[in-house]
Amino acid sequence: MLLIRCPWCGEREETEFRYGGQAHIATPRSDVDDASWARFLFHRDNPAGPFAERWVHIHGCRRWFHIVRDTLTHDITRSYLPSESPEDAG
Amino acid sequence: MHPNEHALHNPEFLWRNPDPKPSYDVVIVGGGLHGLSTAYHLARNHGIKRVAVVERGWLGNGNAVRNTTIIRSNYLRDESAALYEHCLKLWEVWTEELDYEILFSQRGVLTLNHNLHEVREGHRGMYSNQLNGVDSEWLDAQAVKEFCPIVNTSADLRYPVAGGTLQRRGGIARHDAVVFALARAADRLGVDLIQGCEVTGFDIQRGRVTGLVTTKGRIGAGKVGLVGAGRTPLLARMAGIEVPLQSAPLQALVSDIVEPMLPCVVSNALHVYVSQAHKGELVMGAGRDPYTSYAQRGSFHILEDQMAAALQVFPIFGRVHLLRTWAGIVDVTPDASPIVGITPVEELYLNCGWGTGGFKATPGSGWVFAHTIAHGAPHALNAAFSLDRFETGALIDEHGASVAVH
Ligand SMILES: Cc1cc2nc3c(=O)[nH]c(=O)nc-3n(C[C@H](O)[C@H](O)[C@H](O)COP(=O)(O)OP(=O)(O)OC[C@H]3O[C@@H](n4cnc5c(N)ncnc54)[C@H](O)[C@@H]3O)c2cc1C
Ligand SMILES: [Zn+2]
Repeated sequence: MLLIRCPWCGEREETEFRYGGQAHIATPRSDVDDASWARFLFHRDNPAGPFAERWVHIHGCRRWFHIVRDTLTHDITRSYLPSESPEDAG
Repeated sequence: MHPNEHALHNPEFLWRNPDPKPSYDVVIVGGGLHGLSTAYHLARNHGIKRVAVVERGWLGNGNAVRNTTIIRSNYLRDESAALYEHCLKLWEVWTEELDYEILFSQRGVLTLNHNLHEVREGHRGMYSNQLNGVDSEWLDAQAVKEFCPIVNTSADLRYPVAGGTLQRRGGIARHDAVVFALARAADRLGVDLIQGCEVTGFDIQRGRVTGLVTTKGRIGAGKVGLVGAGRTPLLARMAGIEVPLQSAPLQALVSDIVEPMLPCVVSNALHVYVSQAHKGELVMGAGRDPYTSYAQRGSFHILEDQMAAALQVFPIFGRVHLLRTWAGIVDVTPDASPIVGITPVEELYLNCGWGTGGFKATPGSGWVFAHTIAHGAPHALNAAFSLDRFETGALIDEHGASVAVH
């Protein structure tokens, strides 16, 4: 079980949250070509190492936020607001 | 000393364990079941002589021996039914063909339905299976009780059993024995099985693969097949290919050894899937963790949830002890169907995305992938399972048929 820090509520058990996959994916314009649209819909980075991802505090404040979690160790190094970038978050 | 005692404790070596040669006609990356099956079929069906399998750990360290060994072919879509049924037909002859005891047991796979919606979906799947020549029948709650007496069919369950579909030809096999059988069979056909050899890069010249960079040096290759299961995204990235996969932990567990009590495989949408191994342990699979991971470790609460559901359906399990739990990293695609075919890099082929349910596909996956590699184009059975379907939109949605993740 992960302990996840919601930026609004603090540290809570993973079962209070839902996973939202990779963070910072921009929605392309609707007139992009099929390849770009497929990339947007289906392709995620899947790195072995630090990964910026979205979670929602579904059984808490019900707000979305981002964390940086290492996919090899599950260590969470950052928790930050959706308006922030992974670099400038504390 | 019994005359065979030495042979019992020191069985013959099953393969040679050679060092890599400078080059091969085909190099398969990944010594799990699908990689071994591919190499075996390259030699057996296509007479390709210079084939190697390179494996970063030991043969079958990954999902090959971490799965719950459920075999069935009752998938919903025409393309899937054809592919998985081909696999099941091969299982039916494999013990003899591989000349090895793999404990393939067609004890039936019973998929329980717990409400009206599931009953309708169960029937839809059953009719679709029947149209595709895949055996499937409906059991009402009473017939379920007769077929598998330890299922709790009482009406006061939170999710009472409404009935279920049964594929009698489904069942289980012993996964590590299948690894041994395939490794021996491939080795005998001249395939080099190279362990402790991690691929760290590819030589790609003018869009065509010519070799691999490995921890045992450079290996030249006419053709390369990637069969890395959960680690496929990392391999594909080395070759500059994007694959629509998520790697995530899937857990399973075994109990201590108990008296025979479970005559078939039972699964349902509550994420209970269980069978009793030949030795007597109950083998159960859990749901998968939602997040991306390469850690081969899952969360305890997933197991807890699954045990709660198991105890509802099988109250008799209340006295059973949990012995071991583990996880494998599964490669999940957006449509819950595999990707088997060509890639944008010439002579580089991809076999992945079997996710939570590829054990059952071991024979046919290797069969069609070997064909694809040998001919440079897919077999009719895997043509639809192409990488470009995510661009064309011709997805093969099997979320329903693989809902209980095996
Ligand atoms: C808990 C669990 C339960 C499951 N239950 C079922 C079930 O009941 N029924 C079913 O049909 N399926 C089931 N599955 C799915 C099934 O196990 C997989 O789909 C299947 O085993 C994948 O094929 P494989 O055996 O070739 O994979 P693996 O054994 O994982 O083989 C991939 C190999 O590639 C190697 N590799 C990776 N990267 C490199 C590299 N860079 N260089 C060299 N080698 C590399 C790995 O070391 C590994 O040995 C389950 C899976 C899990 C984890
Ligand atoms: Zn919160």
